[in-house]
Amino acid sequence: MNYEAVIGLEVHAELLTQSKVFCGCSAKFGAPPNQNTCPICLGMPGSLPVLNRRVVEYAVRAGLAAGCRIARYSRWARKNYFYPDLPKGYQISQYELPVCVGGMIDIETDAGSKRVRLTRIHMEEDTGKNIHDAHGDASLVDFNRCGVPLLEIVSEPDIASAQEAGAYLRKLRTLLQYLEICDGNMEEGSFRCDANVSVRPRGTTAFGTKVEVKNMNSFRAVERAIAYEITRQAEVLDSGGRLIQETRHWDPDREVTRPGRTKEFAEDYRYFPDPDLLPLIVSDEWVDTVRRDIPELPDARRQRFVSEYGLPEYDADVLTMRKDVADYYESAVRAYRNPKALSNWVMGDVLRIIRERKLENNLVIHDWPVAPERLAAMVELLDSGEISSKIAKAVFEEMVSTGKTPVQIVAEQGLTQISDEPAILAAIDQVIAAHAGKVAEYRAGKDKLFGFFVGQVMKATQGKANPQKLNELLKAKLSA
Amino acid sequence: MRQSTVDLHSLTIEQAGALLAKREISAVELTRATLERIGATEPQIHSFITVTEEVALAQARAADERRARGETGPLLGIPVGIKDIILTKGIRTTAGSKILGNFVAPYDATVTRKLLDAGAVCVGKTNCDEFAMGSSTENSAFEVTRNPWDHERVPGGSSGGSASAIAARQCLGTLGTDTGGSIRQPAACCGIVGIKPTYGRVSRYGVVAYASSLDQVGPMAKTVSGCTHLLQVIAGHDRSDSTSVNRPVPDYAARLDGSAQGLRIGIPREYFVEGMQPEVEQAVRAAVRILERLGARVSEVSLPHTEYAIPAYYLIATAEASSNLARYDGVRYGLRTAESDGLLAMYQRSRAAGFGTEVKRRIMLGTYALSAGYYDAYYLKAQKVRTLIRRDFEKVFASQDVIVTPTAPTTAFRIGEKTSDPLQMYLSDIFTISVNLAGLPGLSLPCGFDASGLPIGLQIVGRPFEEETVFRAAHAYEQATDWHEKTASSFKLQAASR
Repeated sequence: MNYEAVIGLEVHAELLTQSKVFCGCSAKFGAPPNQNTCPICLGMPGSLPVLNRRVVEYAVRAGLAAGCRIARYSRWARKNYFYPDLPKGYQISQYELPVCVGGMIDIETDAGSKRVRLTRIHMEEDTGKNIHDAHGDASLVDFNRCGVPLLEIVSEPDIASAQEAGAYLRKLRTLLQYLEICDGNMEEGSFRCDANVSVRPRGTTAFGTKVEVKNMNSFRAVERAIAYEITRQAEVLDSGGRLIQETRHWDPDREVTRPGRTKEFAEDYRYFPDPDLLPLIVSDEWVDTVRRDIPELPDARRQRFVSEYGLPEYDADVLTMRKDVADYYESAVRAYRNPKALSNWVMGDVLRIIRERKLENNLVIHDWPVAPERLAAMVELLDSGEISSKIAKAVFEEMVSTGKTPVQIVAEQGLTQISDEPAILAAIDQVIAAHAGKVAEYRAGKDKLFGFFVGQVMKATQGKANPQKLNELLKAKLSA
Repeated sequence: MRQSTVDLHSLTIEQAGALLAKREISAVELTRATLERIGATEPQIHSFITVTEEVALAQARAADERRARGETGPLLGIPVGIKDIILTKGIRTTAGSKILGNFVAPYDATVTRKLLDAGAVCVGKTNCDEFAMGSSTENSAFEVTRNPWDHERVPGGSSGGSASAIAARQCLGTLGTDTGGSIRQPAACCGIVGIKPTYGRVSRYGVVAYASSLDQVGPMAKTVSGCTHLLQVIAGHDRSDSTSVNRPVPDYAARLDGSAQGLRIGIPREYFVEGMQPEVEQAVRAAVRILERLGARVSEVSLPHTEYAIPAYYLIATAEASSNLARYDGVRYGLRTAESDGLLAMYQRSRAAGFGTEVKRRIMLGTYALSAGYYDAYYLKAQKVRTLIRRDFEKVFASQDVIVTPTAPTTAFRIGEKTSDPLQMYLSDIFTISVNLAGLPGLSLPCGFDASGLPIGLQIVGRPFEEETVFRAAHAYEQATDWHEKTASSFKLQAASR
């Protein structure tokens, strides 16, 4: 039978606040185990939560950017369950009254453009991390992450394919990065996604049995897992089987989803309003303040890159995918205005290095050695004829590995292009003298040999000969 | 010298404060006298789970040094006891539970810090019902506290140790907590003064939570004035407790003028119920007549939803408790049973071994009330009832300044009398629970004795954040009577010789 998939995504995005949501501990990733903890995030007897205002600000920022209705009155709720990484035995979250309601994310896929509606965005605290198998048969718990603020962003089941799911996630991550509220790192877990997947015969409206898929640690994993799950469900139905509502885990090595431990009882989280926290009331004035501080969003920036810099749509798309990359590009253009050349360098070599070095973390390329001004200076050297494009590649690699400026590198290594005619002619004469046979062949009509002579002259000049000049002079000499 | 040492422990906070201020006694002398008294009486009374002798003497010496440097203050050098549900850094804090039997608090509760900053001397941690769940202190995992007026009877609860310590003159002031009557009912049972402040008046930070929307810390002492000094220090906004309210704290002691002139007193007809001890009703009615003589205008009023207070309370409080007590899982601190076969077994065995019967009963009740399918019928409905109860009070307070009622329907009952019947035990708080549900300040002070020589308590309830009015009324009554001057042993001697 022909099926269509019905997919809803739940994203957990860790917020880039300095401190945790209900205590003053640092929210930074990567500290030694249990260093960023205090009586509050350890759930010590008698401790009480105090809300970090910045968390609400970030949630409202996200809500405004995604077109949500910002609830003027929302409430904290306790989600009760036992697990060692949850020290209070409950997670402080939001339930019946979340801070953001509705909203949408517009995506583009091969199938065209589509609007994915959001159900809600709510705030909650992250849990700690259980560490198994590292210390014999004991399990350990690291509470550093416990209490780090999260946004849970829940979509409506508007997604119909793995490709759409990927597009939605990328768009959402880009948006959060632009808002500077989440670094979007899936590997480190600061941007996590669970998928609710079901299938139904195409053309029908009733929902099929929903399966929740977890443990997807990259965009690729999400796409592969959803694709797998759609196929699996269709096969079960086609073979006359029945699907059960369950949670399945993606196994990235074997590329399959597996059922989690089946629970004897349906989980009952016994949500109720947290009596330790007051209802959250935000004023219109405050929401307006947050709205005013929202930076330029990806769609607007993409359009501006086309109109202001004359870039092709494709370039604008690639450059604005990540806010840090777009920022980098604009800084470079401000330093030297050759937008298309700089776009080529950023889309090519800069993004290649980012991929190679796994600089997935948003905002990291601000810290790497090739500052945008240096890239601009290098392109300027190229445009002025000071270096050749071949040399430029070498200079770029040198900047990445040594952190020196392009002018420094060119000067130190004597990489200045040779445009001086007598010097190039001398090298040409040398080559012609050394390869009399090949010159005769060329003159007899074997045009293909021209490249050989260019290579030889370049070799003789250590690659520094101005290629254009070289071509002109060589052609003249050979045909003389 | 010997004579004066014997007398020191019997001083009120204000008497001791005056002697300390005049340098007639030192904090060390006063603390030694208190510790000696504890040593002599504790084997019979069992007010304390932990006596902190060394800590107390060090704090007393520090208080004397502060005074020598010119510092003053009504609590500087005053020995106090702190309910063992309130965290005291470096000192074991058990909440009366086996599950926290070895728990040494890693930080001070805000009220602890405020008391110590004011120079109070902590002589020990007082006994209480496990996690403050109970009305007799019999639910403590450690010991049964005896009522100093009759050792066969309970001191009330859950702050029973805090009340008996005052009545047995083991220290001058104590802190208790009150979720449904846990300060006022034991104060009534032990013939002392105790006040549950308005919800939000005192920080809950560092107080082991039972029911977060109802819990409130309050002082207990021999006199109204003693309570004003303690509340003065512990009250006020705390950034660490989002439910504490940022309102100025008035000068409570300054408002005590011994008069009830112009005070409008409401007497709710629902608070004189069938089955209550006749002597309690008589004593309370007599107290009202005295207040009338002191210038108060008395009217009968109605709080029509009173009968729903106990069921509403036992749904809301247990629901919150079921969640608040989830953290005692044996993972990070507290009791963990030795051998456990997997995570679930570790939870189950640790909690089965660590919690007592009443705590388990309330966790189960609360878990049930919050469960899917029952939430609306129980928890949500109880919250609606709570709103109705609050409105009852608002209506009465539109025309009255305070409400006067009995604190408890009976005087102290016998040890073991109600342990097998939880519902009978729950009825001990029938007159105090509404006050917690409405978040109001409520005070209990002695207003007489029954035929067995057991103290009777008078409850005075005020508008939110109007503790000073409650104190003024209570003080006026106290000045006109001598109940507070009777002490447990002397009265017993009189009663026995009669």
